[in-house]
Amino acid sequence: MDGLTQNTGFNGLLTALVFLPFVFALFIFIFSRNDNQVRLIAGFGGLVELILSIFVFITYNRGESGFQLIDRFSSWIPVDSFRVEYFLGVDGLSVPMVLLTGLLGLVAILASMGITYRVKQYFIWILILQGAVFGVFTSLDFIMFFLFWELELIPMFFLISVWGTGRKDYSAMKFIIFTFLGSAFMLVGIVALYISAGTFDMTTLPILVQEGIKLVIPAGAIFGLLFVGFAVKLPVWPLHTWLPDAHTDAPTAVSVLLAGVLLKMGGYGMIRVTASIMPDVMADMAWLLVAAGVINVLYGAVVTVRQTDLKRLVAFSSISHMGYVLIGLSAIASKGVDAAAVGLTGASMQMFTHGTITGLMFLTVGMIYDRTHTRYIPDLGGLSNRIPIIGAAFLIAGLASLGLPGTSGFAAEILVFLGAFPVWPWPTALAVFGVVITAGYILWMSQRTLFGPMNNRWTKLTDATKLELIPIGMLVAAILIFGIYPAFLTDLFKMGIEPIVAMVNSSPEILSR
Amino acid sequence: MTLQDIYLLSPEISLAGLALIIVVLDVFIKNKILVQSVIGIGLLVPVILSVLLWNGIGIQAELDSNNQVFGLFNTLIVDKFTLLFKFLFLGILSIVMISSVSYAHRFEKTKMEYFSLLMFATVGMMLLASTRELITIYISLELTALPMAVLISISGNKLSSESGIKFLILSAISSALLLYGMVWVYGLTGTTDVAEIFHSIEGMSRQNGDLSNTAFGNYGLLLGVILIVAGFGFKISSVPFHMWVPDVYQGAPTPITAFLSVASKAAGFAVILRVFYGSFSSESLSIEWSMIFAIMAVLSMAIGNFVAISQKNIKRLLAYSTIAHAGYIMMGLTVVSSRMDDFTLAGPGGVVFYLIGYAATNLAAFVAVIAISNKTGSDLIEDFAGIGRRSPAIAICLAVALISLTGLPPTVGFMAKLHVFTVALNGGLWWLVLAGTISSVVSAYYYLKVIKVMYLSDPLENVRIKADPLTSIALAVTVLAIVVFGFYPTPVIKAATIAVEFLLI
Repeated sequence: MDGLTQNTGFNGLLTALVFLPFVFALFIFIFSRNDNQVRLIAGFGGLVELILSIFVFITYNRGESGFQLIDRFSSWIPVDSFRVEYFLGVDGLSVPMVLLTGLLGLVAILASMGITYRVKQYFIWILILQGAVFGVFTSLDFIMFFLFWELELIPMFFLISVWGTGRKDYSAMKFIIFTFLGSAFMLVGIVALYISAGTFDMTTLPILVQEGIKLVIPAGAIFGLLFVGFAVKLPVWPLHTWLPDAHTDAPTAVSVLLAGVLLKMGGYGMIRVTASIMPDVMADMAWLLVAAGVINVLYGAVVTVRQTDLKRLVAFSSISHMGYVLIGLSAIASKGVDAAAVGLTGASMQMFTHGTITGLMFLTVGMIYDRTHTRYIPDLGGLSNRIPIIGAAFLIAGLASLGLPGTSGFAAEILVFLGAFPVWPWPTALAVFGVVITAGYILWMSQRTLFGPMNNRWTKLTDATKLELIPIGMLVAAILIFGIYPAFLTDLFKMGIEPIVAMVNSSPEILSR
Repeated sequence: MTLQDIYLLSPEISLAGLALIIVVLDVFIKNKILVQSVIGIGLLVPVILSVLLWNGIGIQAELDSNNQVFGLFNTLIVDKFTLLFKFLFLGILSIVMISSVSYAHRFEKTKMEYFSLLMFATVGMMLLASTRELITIYISLELTALPMAVLISISGNKLSSESGIKFLILSAISSALLLYGMVWVYGLTGTTDVAEIFHSIEGMSRQNGDLSNTAFGNYGLLLGVILIVAGFGFKISSVPFHMWVPDVYQGAPTPITAFLSVASKAAGFAVILRVFYGSFSSESLSIEWSMIFAIMAVLSMAIGNFVAISQKNIKRLLAYSTIAHAGYIMMGLTVVSSRMDDFTLAGPGGVVFYLIGYAATNLAAFVAVIAISNKTGSDLIEDFAGIGRRSPAIAICLAVALISLTGLPPTVGFMAKLHVFTVALNGGLWWLVLAGTISSVVSAYYYLKVIKVMYLSDPLENVRIKADPLTSIALAVTVLAIVVFGFYPTPVIKAATIAVEFLLI
């Protein structure tokens, strides 16, 4: 634990990572003369961010656990009643999330090159969004975490309501109200922790709570408040209804970011905040996690089967897949540290892989929509004759999504089930049926869109352009690399998660509080 | 009245003098630009004098142990709390006057009277913040209310006159309630001095733990306190004393609405802090009134935010929003549990910080509305359609202000809300904080709806709107304050913390 208390210094790498997108956005705002310059600057910005996040991924020293690359400046708001620090840092849990954000950020920017309406504002919002997400994954001060968490709302509101399709106003407002409601509860939880412990420092809060400081409101209540905030984001049934609407009406790149990284903020928060600060309460409440997880998996999967809109289908499949994250988290209740670590690692892995897989799915669906101008599945068919590369990418995403061995989806799901089965045998067994239904809807959807008789309307379609090949290639590579050698990620995740699960069993007396 | 008193009162005296000079100059000088320049330069005098007082230069009298200076037979008090509010009022006055210049063509003939009445109202507010004696509080309150009533009806149209009368009558009723409350307190304690009231109550309650052996037992003083709360509740526009707010806000000239919403409110809270954390801060009493404020806060937040949803007029919307914000500010008044606790002063500190942040935010919103409605001639939200394209600069300023009112980062509105939530939760009032956060979510809906109309609806006509230079300055200053204090609120929080230390007796 000594390592945790010595988190000082100023490395600068993470500060650059988090604030460069804002700098690029400002640069676009001030200097860009025409739309092409905007695209160029944004593309360059995305590339720089990806390189920086890969650099973070590489420089993170796997030899020692704990937080690294610390940027800390403790006199931001040094008032007694309200002490806020500037505190960035990464551990094994956040490093892969940073990589994912860098990856999908560039993918989203590349996928947006076709945007022609208010180009300048669009890329400014995308960059701000990316910066905010980086901020969430690297902040170690609770107020900074919350600040970035909320900062992402405004870009999303504009991106959906200006550049979206269909009932975009409604969806954008629904997204905002749901998320804001969740974060309102979260804020109360954060403030309650602050008043109890006198610090917003996310690295010392776990220790202080573990030592048994007096909490101003019961631990269960704080847990509930925080959890609701993350549950809305993940989303957990029955707080999920904003997601299909937001996804369906958002532009392609925003769907990629929303499914790819924004949902992961929920899962990340559950591990970083609820699991690490109050692991015992979480272990107590694990039955709720597993119940919600099974409902998410099965309900999401069943509803997905019935969808006729391609994008809505992928959106509902996201709900189903986020259920596995919950099931993985429920392994925290296990007696042995190992099973718990496996489950949580699986949950984190599922978040990463779902980010790449669903990112690819939304990307290809967007490309299909750009060409056919419809997402209505019965109208499509036989597309792989005309657009084989997009079709193949779509199929790879689909197969990874149903957990085909060799893809990263398999590695994640197997870890989730391995971790959760010893503690929750029956619910886990039930959830496995979700995989079967997933296989059903993925294969059925592929059959109806990519194969089968071709609708004559689609004879003139053209395949992916070179620019479109880049993001497809990036995501396919990510899916395959981490599918064939998942230890790249799982080892890292484990380093972040083991200290957390070690705390669950270390102090049984807290359970009685 | 000694020289010392004059020196202590110099900001108020100079401002009142300026107001009188302007009225006289208006008669003799035809060139209105010249008169306006005189106002601009003249306004620097009270500011400089306040700065001098803040630094304590030239005060001959010895400072007492608390760095407070008393004058005018102990009715006047000059300390950093007082001076911080003086700066706030002068700042608000400057912004409102700057943004009035382009608006005032609607009542060209009475333009200079308008400016001088604004200054008189500000003098009243400055006195209100710097007095510690009930009768002086009452007189300062009237000095604020009467010019306000004239200013509200200065447009001369039907709506404006109606609002003026409404304000005058309700203001009179609330003053009567306040006076009646003061009478009760005076009757029971035998003094009108805030500090002596405190000592008197302490003395009475020391005998057997509470006030049960005084006249009417515990209830006499409580009745007085409740009546005073009612009187001030009108000033800060909190539920259930909010009925006048939407009508008056809609009818009044927009700069006056802005002035009412921030300056009047700040003055109300300044005197509430002074009286309640002074006179009524004994433990048994503070538990009672803090609960009254907590309930009023919940009602204000709920009613303000829910009713705002259905508003079609931006001024009515901001009126309901200001009711809701009175609720958020009152959350800071609920933490009193024990005077020994260091955290007790965090409550008033939160109030002062919120007031400053809210002043910047709401002024930005109103100045943007003035800039827009000067050109479109309409206050309806639907007429804001396409402002994002017709005037990107004004639209972004209004959007920032509305985001700050919602309480989203990185704005001062977020920091201020967070601060009062922290304070209230520290006082153990989790239900109050929960009500506050949920009502913030409700407020997001109607604030964002305005942003949506500005950016997503098609403009009614394609004429570009450009703000005149003065309005642009006002807008730039306020929006800059919102964003800068959103990122780095430390100086304001520190100033507020220092200021409220002078509240304790």
